[in-house]
Amino acid sequence: MRVFDAIVIGGGLVGAAIGYGLVCAGLKTAILDEGDVAYRASRGNFGLVWVQSKGLGAPHYQRWTRASAAAWPLFADQLGERTGIAIGHEQKGGVQLCLGADELARRCATMEQMQREAGNFGFDYRMIEHDELAAMLPGLGLAVTGASWTPYDGHANSLALFHALHRGFADKGGSYLANCSVRAAVAAPGDFRIEAGGETIAAPKIVLAAGLGNAELAPLFGLHAPVRPQRGQILVTERTNRAWPIPLGSIRQTPEGSILLGSSEEEVGFDTGQKPEIMQNIARRAVLSFPWLAELQIVRAWAALRVMPPDGLPIYDESERFPGAFTANCHSGVTLAAAHASLFALMVAKGALDPMLAPFSARRFDVPAAV
Amino acid sequence: MFRPRSDGVSGGPVARIAVEVEGRAVSVPPGASAAAAVLAAGLTSIRDTPIGGTERAPYCMMGICFDCLAEIDGVPNRQSCMVTVRPGMRIRRQRGARSLDMS
Amino acid sequence: MTVDLAIVGAGPAGMAAASLAAELGLDTLLIDEADTPGGQIYRAVERAPEGSPLGADYLAGRVLVAALRASTAQYRPATSVWHIDPALPGGGTLSLAAGGKSETVTARHILIATGAIERPVPIAGWTLPGVMTAGAAQILLKTADLVPEGRAVLAGQGPLLYLVALQLARAGAPPVAVLETTPWANYRAAAHFGSGLWAGRRDFGRGLALWFNLRRAGIAVRRGVRGLRVLGRRRVEAVAWEAGEIAADLLFLHEGVIPNTQISLGLGLTHEWDERQLCWRPVTDDWGRTSLANISVAGDGGGIGGAGAAALSGQLAALDAAHSLGHLDTAECDRRAIPIRAGLARERAIRPFFDTLYRPADTMLSPADDAILACRCEEVSVGEIRRAVRLGATGPNQVKAFIRCGMGPCQGRVCGPIVSAVIAAERGAPTAAIGTYRPRAPYKPITIGTLAGVEVDPNQIADTK
Repeated sequence: MRVFDAIVIGGGLVGAAIGYGLVCAGLKTAILDEGDVAYRASRGNFGLVWVQSKGLGAPHYQRWTRASAAAWPLFADQLGERTGIAIGHEQKGGVQLCLGADELARRCATMEQMQREAGNFGFDYRMIEHDELAAMLPGLGLAVTGASWTPYDGHANSLALFHALHRGFADKGGSYLANCSVRAAVAAPGDFRIEAGGETIAAPKIVLAAGLGNAELAPLFGLHAPVRPQRGQILVTERTNRAWPIPLGSIRQTPEGSILLGSSEEEVGFDTGQKPEIMQNIARRAVLSFPWLAELQIVRAWAALRVMPPDGLPIYDESERFPGAFTANCHSGVTLAAAHASLFALMVAKGALDPMLAPFSARRFDVPAAV
Repeated sequence: MFRPRSDGVSGGPVARIAVEVEGRAVSVPPGASAAAAVLAAGLTSIRDTPIGGTERAPYCMMGICFDCLAEIDGVPNRQSCMVTVRPGMRIRRQRGARSLDMS
Repeated sequence: MTVDLAIVGAGPAGMAAASLAAELGLDTLLIDEADTPGGQIYRAVERAPEGSPLGADYLAGRVLVAALRASTAQYRPATSVWHIDPALPGGGTLSLAAGGKSETVTARHILIATGAIERPVPIAGWTLPGVMTAGAAQILLKTADLVPEGRAVLAGQGPLLYLVALQLARAGAPPVAVLETTPWANYRAAAHFGSGLWAGRRDFGRGLALWFNLRRAGIAVRRGVRGLRVLGRRRVEAVAWEAGEIAADLLFLHEGVIPNTQISLGLGLTHEWDERQLCWRPVTDDWGRTSLANISVAGDGGGIGGAGAAALSGQLAALDAAHSLGHLDTAECDRRAIPIRAGLARERAIRPFFDTLYRPADTMLSPADDAILACRCEEVSVGEIRRAVRLGATGPNQVKAFIRCGMGPCQGRVCGPIVSAVIAAERGAPTAAIGTYRPRAPYKPITIGTLAGVEVDPNQIADTK
């Protein structure tokens, strides 16, 4: 039997960020992961550090996202320095483009609401009309009526981040165990034993960060993680010269020059197939936004399953029945990576989640619906 | 790198297609690919890679390796081994990533 | 548009299947990326001169092409298939792109006949200008009547290597050397399959004739070549190996061919690792049916068998499709299959011998030198792959996520076999356990404009403002 200070189940962006945070806090940590072919939401991530539309109607999510965004620059610098891997992080603000008058009006209302709900915390934004936007973004399509902008948004190379987290984790002595799906688990307060990969792994602390796999694992640890898959498709173009100074919500360009176009939100269960009609819609919206995009070749595309809680907000929880067991579930693995590594991991190390995460508990789903 | 097969073919000379490779006039038999025209033109390489700026020339000639990417009639990054020459075709080396006019 | 049978690939398997399917009354569509039929082996055969240096076996492909042209099958050249949705009620859907326009075709049955590709040969310097595959030299001769200028060297092993050497010699441009990399141990191992030599005597005879003709042409063949590498700064300047070095302008490499599995893997068909042919191939029944009921595979794409076997397996797939779509009864279908299967057995008889004799050396599959590039597109080295495995990546998809190999324009077609072999060696696991990349649509690049259904005229873009 191998004993650690903490076990993280799941080696995606969420698990790797938490694992990295734990080893940085001095805990002897093991990450258990599946094999080469698995649902792996992290491989499908668009790469945004996105703040502006997070937490409408849920100010606690707005604040958590802002906290992560604020922590991102230092997190990126340190991770990059420690591992030598370029994460491609830029955070100089971002815009969400609106096509047509209705979209713009709805977006405007959304941003107003975000600011109201932020209260004293503050929420800085601007609505930008077409002409001013066109000066900033070359070749802007006439169909774009305007955009919302905040200074908090940015982007990073999600796969480089993923690589760097694993590298950082390993360099600080973390143990990454692949092909180790959980076969069996015995939970007791402060004492967790996992059968995986033909051996027993034990620790007084455990974090379930297995994405879609959390739904089935959670009850073993007195937790509840009702996440469902939600498919998103993304198109990637050939590399080209730099187009924009900032990411555009559903369009972003990597430092190497590839342009990513997203995305869709499809409720299709565990189906990772691609649908030409959806790809077509993404392409059409892209061409309306910037007609010159029509010339670029799509060299690859994918469909991946987001980890989606019932109300879209993250689920963070600690087990009442088995203290020491935690879970983290979200569909914004890049945006929240800094919070997971710098804030959440420290909470786990201390043994209790900060009260600011209380509204994210799955107990919110137990509230009976109003009659 | 390549030259026309010199022995005459019975049936008389075949009408050749005249194209331009990096401004040089080259003629190849009908049905030849743009990549073949580049090889016949005597260029050392057909592209510089976008990552390292390394010189590359066609490798597989059958649309698998994508090392033959070239700019053909103004359109960059085309698999030149899959494009049949047409009279007056302008073929240029692909210099790294494409550079699109975004205005 | 809806058809009974859609065939992807107009090589011998696709052409034979299309002609027979049409004859059996199926509404048939044959789709191919190239402008003219023939695949690679019969590429440009329609316009080949009678005395072509490529020889009689090549010219024999004209029969298949003529049959296709004479059939009622619809033939769509210069068209790429960028997505296939295998099973919707009523048939699978193929997304096609041609001339900047995309369209969908529904087909009650789909036959994938995309043939074979050259096995990658990752030696030091293999990305230098002037290094090409032996098949590429042959394609240049077939399609553009071009021969190597200067000192050309052929290196590797397998019948195609010798065939190309002879064809180049006949075309007036004999190679200055043929460097054969067949490991000495292979000769002993191949002797076990001597029994296949009688059944495959026609192919064996062809092989012997090749060998004699090479000697008669005065082409020096160096055997047992190890440590092959390419020297040069901006292009090939010399080819070196353990026992020697030779100045060269061009190097043509060949270590056999492997099935082109890009679409079959993209469809999620069940594949198996063939330890004798050292390749992945879709699992098929003896009609070519795959793990998806309405998808079949024929030709080298289902396992290497050569052009003769390809045409025969294409015919089997056509019979099978006609049967399942109600155009042929079981008894008639089985009756017609008998001579085809007999022919297939003859065509395949020599394979165990060839596959064993020409089995690539381990270092050709998993290079020892860390500096050698595995992924040509993204310029990722073998050493980086090994580091990613040590970081915990267990297979090609996790390695790809870490270090980008397989993400370039070729989408893993060239580097896939290298990456799987390197991971297997590093982990001490059999390649069968390592798996492959998961190719996705678009199987070949298409523009955003084509996908969006927008006519793209660069000159007009400014005007739309």
